[in-house]
Amino acid sequence: MNNKHVIIIGGGPAGIEAAYYLANNGIRITVFEKDEYPGGNVKNWAKLFPDFGDASVVRKQITEKLKHDNIKFLNNTKIENLAWENNNWIATSGSEKYIADVTLLATGFEVFDAKRKEELGYGIYDNVITSVDFEDMYKTGKILTKEGKIPERIAFLNCVGSRDEKVGNHYCSRVCCITAVKQAIEFKELVPDAHAYCFYMDMRMAGQFYEELYRKSQEKYGVNYIRGRISEAAVTIDNRIQIKAEDTLSALPMKMTVDILVLMVGIESSESTTKICTDNNIVGPYGFAKSKSLFGMDNFSEKPGLFLAGTCKRPLTLPETIADGRSAAVEIMNYLKS
Amino acid sequence: MNFHPFILPFAIGAIFLFAVITFKFVMWIRNLDRKQRYFVNKNFFSIKTISAIWEIVREALIHRNIYRRNPLLGYMHMSLAFGWFLLIVVGKIESSFYAGTMFEEPWLAIFFKYFAKEQHEYFGAAFFSFTMDLLLLIVLSGLSLAIFKRFRSKFLGLKKATKHNTFDRLALASLWWIFPLRLLAESSTAAISGNGDFLTGSVGNLLKALPVESMELPLWWAYSSVLCLFFVSLPFSRYMHIPTEIVLVFLRKWGATIGEQYSGLTDIQINSCSRCGICIDACQLNFAASINDVQSVYFVRDTRYGSLTDNVANNCLMCGRCVEACPVGIELTLIRQQLRNKAEIPGKHYFDYNKAEISKNKSDVVYFAGCMTHLTPTIIIAMKKIFEEAGVRYWFMDEEKGLCCGRPMRQQGYIQQSKDLISKNMRLIASSGAKLLVTSCPICYKSFTDEYILDIPVMHHSEYLKTLIDKKLIKLQKSSKRIVFHDPCDLGRGSGIYEQPRDILKQIGELNSCELEREESLCCGGSLSNAVIELETQIKIRDHALEVLTESKPEILATACPLCKKSFVHGNKAKVMDIAEIVAENIILQNKTKTVIEQSKYLTKNLKTKIN
Amino acid sequence: MKNWGFNISKPRVIDWDTRDTSEYAKIIEKVPSAQRCLMCGACAATCSASNHIDFNFRNCHLKYRRGQFEGLADELDKCMLCGKCKLVCPRGVNTRAIIYNMRIFLNDLNYKNIEQ
Repeated sequence: MNNKHVIIIGGGPAGIEAAYYLANNGIRITVFEKDEYPGGNVKNWAKLFPDFGDASVVRKQITEKLKHDNIKFLNNTKIENLAWENNNWIATSGSEKYIADVTLLATGFEVFDAKRKEELGYGIYDNVITSVDFEDMYKTGKILTKEGKIPERIAFLNCVGSRDEKVGNHYCSRVCCITAVKQAIEFKELVPDAHAYCFYMDMRMAGQFYEELYRKSQEKYGVNYIRGRISEAAVTIDNRIQIKAEDTLSALPMKMTVDILVLMVGIESSESTTKICTDNNIVGPYGFAKSKSLFGMDNFSEKPGLFLAGTCKRPLTLPETIADGRSAAVEIMNYLKS
Repeated sequence: MNFHPFILPFAIGAIFLFAVITFKFVMWIRNLDRKQRYFVNKNFFSIKTISAIWEIVREALIHRNIYRRNPLLGYMHMSLAFGWFLLIVVGKIESSFYAGTMFEEPWLAIFFKYFAKEQHEYFGAAFFSFTMDLLLLIVLSGLSLAIFKRFRSKFLGLKKATKHNTFDRLALASLWWIFPLRLLAESSTAAISGNGDFLTGSVGNLLKALPVESMELPLWWAYSSVLCLFFVSLPFSRYMHIPTEIVLVFLRKWGATIGEQYSGLTDIQINSCSRCGICIDACQLNFAASINDVQSVYFVRDTRYGSLTDNVANNCLMCGRCVEACPVGIELTLIRQQLRNKAEIPGKHYFDYNKAEISKNKSDVVYFAGCMTHLTPTIIIAMKKIFEEAGVRYWFMDEEKGLCCGRPMRQQGYIQQSKDLISKNMRLIASSGAKLLVTSCPICYKSFTDEYILDIPVMHHSEYLKTLIDKKLIKLQKSSKRIVFHDPCDLGRGSGIYEQPRDILKQIGELNSCELEREESLCCGGSLSNAVIELETQIKIRDHALEVLTESKPEILATACPLCKKSFVHGNKAKVMDIAEIVAENIILQNKTKTVIEQSKYLTKNLKTKIN
Repeated sequence: MKNWGFNISKPRVIDWDTRDTSEYAKIIEKVPSAQRCLMCGACAATCSASNHIDFNFRNCHLKYRRGQFEGLADELDKCMLCGKCKLVCPRGVNTRAIIYNMRIFLNDLNYKNIEQ
């Protein structure tokens, strides 16, 4: 086992978790991260649902695991090409070539580019932001409009870039509903007098403590939930955002002026995932990686020696991603033994 | 008298054909609408009539257009049409010379070889005999190409052959037999009497091996009978296009066009369709989405035989590619619109709820963004910036509560509703006292130019921006960006605006061309006119169009229509921008005001740096 | 008959036991995507006509689905067929075609030149 080499593409939660467990078993690991710092998309979050755990603490716990003798971490290294040659996996980054017995794909996800939904005004109007921008602002401890005012009204719109056939993403991203609930609570804690509205098509609270959080947001924080999708946003003279939706439960169109509109952007397969999966013929719907079987073979791809972990396969929550990284490690060890 | 009973089928067929065609023509011409009649009366005795005759020679006989498209296909049509025409004309002259009078029996020319068995003594006999054989050879060569095409249509540059109905097959089969039978009949006579030339004589020599005496009469009977069969089936088959097209050319030259309602000209146009199937090859529903039973050729056929279904009538993008491609020049989209027309309810008025406010201030320009443009706010912001920069006093007519221009209603056949919208919008436009109407939507633009009666000029924003640049009211900076321009259907083919947007883009970046552009440009698939196809099909059309447009890997895919932009932006291949956005981005600010778009750009940039 | 000043009120419930769904089946046949509408209301929100007047396409569609045709024909006359709703629909429903076909079925506004 000790002469075996495994490369892991992606230094996010899934990749690092798998690297740690493999390294503990004496396998040499190289982790590639295209960014400067490890941690993947966790670095975009301030607090985590459903328990408001500090994301930076969780991230630190994760990245600490990289400090291992058997793990070589290469940051700013984007794998451009991955191919199976002479019974080895060859990963190419620039002029460098890396040879391995096994590759683990943990390339993660990217958030949807909200500019593609032009009618919602992201990138056009100052006070239309995405959920990622919200987290960023929350890290500073303040939620303010571009003019520096404390907002009196904030609206969250679910399903931006997910469940949308126009942009080609038919699936549910699973994490945005609960993120909207979490962010609405965070906002109300910061600005108790303000009003928070959450526009939804369906509230999908399928996770432990999600429903409780949803209830708490209504009961304790008075977050308003309106069933209707915002069709378009416009700007008012004082740079507020005027949104149009239908209050479907009362069957009436509604207009509302808010200080900030937060778009809950969905999960899309990352560029690297789609590229590597297409090259190796393991691409599934929407550019995600396709696993061999959901039941028991979820870390396997159709290619021997190429394993999958985390959100390169489909939208997953953080606990699921970490668990999936670990399960990939077990599968890889079994594979290397045989 | 030169008579034999075998001429009877031919004579009956010819009389029948003449009667039916005359009846049809009279009915159609009686049913022309007022405007069409006006043009006929006005231009009947004018140079236009002569130019029509010239066009008939050029197109109906020589088929210049088809020749240009594909020389072999052109030759096939020309040899058949022009060859047959000359056979008739030269044959007539020959028989007149032979009889020594202009008024010989009308059938003499058709069955000349049978009746003129004795040695040639009339003037030019050898010449005529040679010419007639040569012409027959030319026609036969065209015919063999036609038969070959039936089985291998790709060979002649057509990807899809049209499906035929019973009358077509009957007419086609008889047409195929006419000339081979003529050759055999003439050759058999030549074998007996020795009056053949190089072709009929040689074939006659070959036939001598057979019992020619007993074959001669049956062959002439067969020849006459297939002529009869062809003549009888012609008015009900696609070959009706031969006589009808001639009438159409005259009417078109005189200036008659398809109007709002079904008229005699519609009948004339749909009967002028030869069902060549060129429109099938041009149709994106066919080559991008594999829908191949709704194309214009089938639409026209079904309309003609009264079997039009609403699927065929409505399943059309109205992009106009088939109109550009049609060698006969049938106004296919307008006819389709006519057939979509719904019954009207006299006296009923629609959209009385109109709360659109009239203009409070006098302005120079009325800006009508259009419904769709409200879903692409960057176009509106760009236009506002440009207006401000150029110092134009404008009134944004549909900023808050706009009405639709009426074209979507009209395209679905609701003329009454469309007219109500038009009159309401006209009142609003008049209230502004402006001298110009600018719109950002090619659909609205087409509606304003074609259906509105306005006393001010209308411009699409691409035209307007061009005039602003020409008048040096706005200045642009040059970049090295590579741009490809997509012609929106209603702006390009619909309104003939190809150059203005290209001129503007050339001043801003490097304008690349693509394989299919201008008249041939593709529809983005987002067309409103098709009330049948679903998103899945639209995406197929869009992706195919994107493939063609982004062939040269441009940095910017420019367009001038909010619908096209909306369609392409999710195709995710290149950056899609409206021409107004590109202009607004590259404007050299001379005024002090930092406009909305600049501010928002600045702020988003700040936000971005914070995130990173 | 003597007018007593009151009458029998209309049934308050949609009776799913007697409801006629064949009408909606016709729409589905013409516009298969109608089935995947999840009533999010984006169409009604963006509607150009609802800027001026109380008009709700989503509700009209739902009523048609449920077989409540009363007053629907007049209601649908308010639509300008501009197609904005089709552009915002997240489920890619051909909303414009639904309206168009509902109008055809309800208003008996038949074609002038096409034999039906």
